Amino acid sequence: MNSVFVYCELEGNKVADVSLELCTKGRKLANTLGVQLEAVLVGTGLDGVEKQVMPYGVDKVHVFDAEGLFPYTSLPHTSAVVNLFKEEQPQICLLGATVIGRDLGPRVSSALHSGLTADCTQLEIGDFDMKVKNEAGEFVEKHYEQQLYQIRPAFGGSIIATIVNPEHRPQMATVRDGVMKKEILDENYKGEVIKHDVAKYIPTTDYVVKVLDRHVEAAKHNLKGAQIIVAGGYGVGSAEGFNQLFELAKELHAEVGASRAAVDAGWIDHDRQIGQTGVTVRPKVYIACGISGAIQHIAGMKDAGIIISINNDPNAPINQIADYIINGTVEEVVPKLIKYYKKNSK
Amino acid sequence: MGLKIIVLAKQVPDTRNVGPDAMTPEGTVNRAALPAVFNPEDLNALEQALRLKDANPGSTITMLTMGLPKAAEVLKEGLYRGADEGVLITDRALGGADTLATSYTLAQAIKKVGDYDIILCGRQAIDGDTAQVGPQVAEKLGLTQITYTEEIISIDKEAKKIVAKRHIDGGVETVEGPLPIVVTVNGSAAPCRTRNVKLVWKNKNAEFPAWGAADIEADPMQIGKAGSPTNVKAVKSIVFKAKENKTLTSSDADIEGLIVELMESNTIG
Repeated sequence: MNSVFVYCELEGNKVADVSLELCTKGRKLANTLGVQLEAVLVGTGLDGVEKQVMPYGVDKVHVFDAEGLFPYTSLPHTSAVVNLFKEEQPQICLLGATVIGRDLGPRVSSALHSGLTADCTQLEIGDFDMKVKNEAGEFVEKHYEQQLYQIRPAFGGSIIATIVNPEHRPQMATVRDGVMKKEILDENYKGEVIKHDVAKYIPTTDYVVKVLDRHVEAAKHNLKGAQIIVAGGYGVGSAEGFNQLFELAKELHAEVGASRAAVDAGWIDHDRQIGQTGVTVRPKVYIACGISGAIQHIAGMKDAGIIISINNDPNAPINQIADYIINGTVEEVVPKLIKYYKKNSK
Repeated sequence: MGLKIIVLAKQVPDTRNVGPDAMTPEGTVNRAALPAVFNPEDLNALEQALRLKDANPGSTITMLTMGLPKAAEVLKEGLYRGADEGVLITDRALGGADTLATSYTLAQAIKKVGDYDIILCGRQAIDGDTAQVGPQVAEKLGLTQITYTEEIISIDKEAKKIVAKRHIDGGVETVEGPLPIVVTVNGSAAPCRTRNVKLVWKNKNAEFPAWGAADIEADPMQIGKAGSPTNVKAVKSIVFKAKENKTLTSSDADIEGLIVELMESNTIG
């Protein structure tokens, strides 16, 4: 009872990377708490699926396998999770901050009246005191132990907030793809598989949304795995300005990323956004072109090996974490980088 | 047949332009330092509503917003663009609400409106980026949802069916769902049309009913701070530890020097 649960997302019968990353994190949280790690998988044709998650240290794998559960739709998956949680009373539930996790998580939290924190960048266990209202309506200090700290940048990135929900269970959090690291604990880790009677958990009236047509393409880029990233921000100035970045990236065999400001300006696809609400990256080299460095952006790239910042504002926050600062405009510096790379790589 | 459309909209501080005075010394939001705007994706939702109204004569659009009295500005903006009416949900007792308490409050207000075929809102608001309120409102009303919607393709009031295209990770899908339903609209959907001059003249002095917690028969334990499971335990400003770094100019010599240094250390190939 009161385990740590991870809702594992599936594409067909393949478990998403973000879910395995969360199993890795969930295992550590469960160890700190001295409880079990359990995974929930809801889909179609899931024979043997437990083999994908158990090596991450999952003690119990709950499988809901039936026609109509893939592709994901909101109501059946919500019922499976909510009704399972009513029985199992988990203390923590982690989900990917993906389209599916952000569709499912809020419904589950609403049905169970539990708190949900979106897009966490860190999860920790800790004790604290907090003023709460007692039955007489007075504020009294109350001590809480072994609570989940849900840590995320907030409010335009100017602050880091730690969110807790001490009086409600489960404590729910979503985390983006790539924020946590995926690490196999033991290839032969032995857990238990529980195949649930789907009809007992999901009423037939839940199957109300039909997926008529579905296209999933492999990602157009590999930002997550890139060794070198050339990223552009508001200082790039225009969609045309990004062409220079693509040219530099091509020379360096790099990928092109962007800050939210550049994405919001419509200069580049949103799937290239790096940061808390985009992709988290860990390249060897990160070339930040005209990026001021809001904390949400930095949350997504601070683990880069070498950071080069090109900015005409010497006080840009990103310069604080840069290894090389080039004082100049993107327009001026990027063509020179291309020129001298070409010259010296011959 | 005309549709009864509800649009949920939020007035938000414009976090896209956060300055150094955005936070008070106590770590709370200094709303006075930030311009208040119509949440961008709620405008995308309004456009989908207006398109439904254009295609289905006799439809009406009711906007709901929860916030301080000033939030009525988004209702007026909605009328300028073609919405029919608006209701402000405002009450001191609603302050400090997290997404769950907010969703409960909005769901109670929607129940008071009563008759609806579709509820539209933005996927998320820029002051929190949580994307939770749409699905939570749906859950509270016992409805299903279509999130991350790019476009409503068709709607049939008699057959009680809607078909919409939505964004999914790595692609798109087309789904058919029942009515009534909650639809959250993505920022990549069609942008909202601009104000209509005639509607601006007609509505510039418009006033809106204001509903408090009692008007929507809200349970005091489910609204405001009391109804919010999440608590902010701590807030801290970010201070980066300055790294040792090299500062270069944009001169040819400096740039070539950097390239050579990176190539010699095999940092770049």
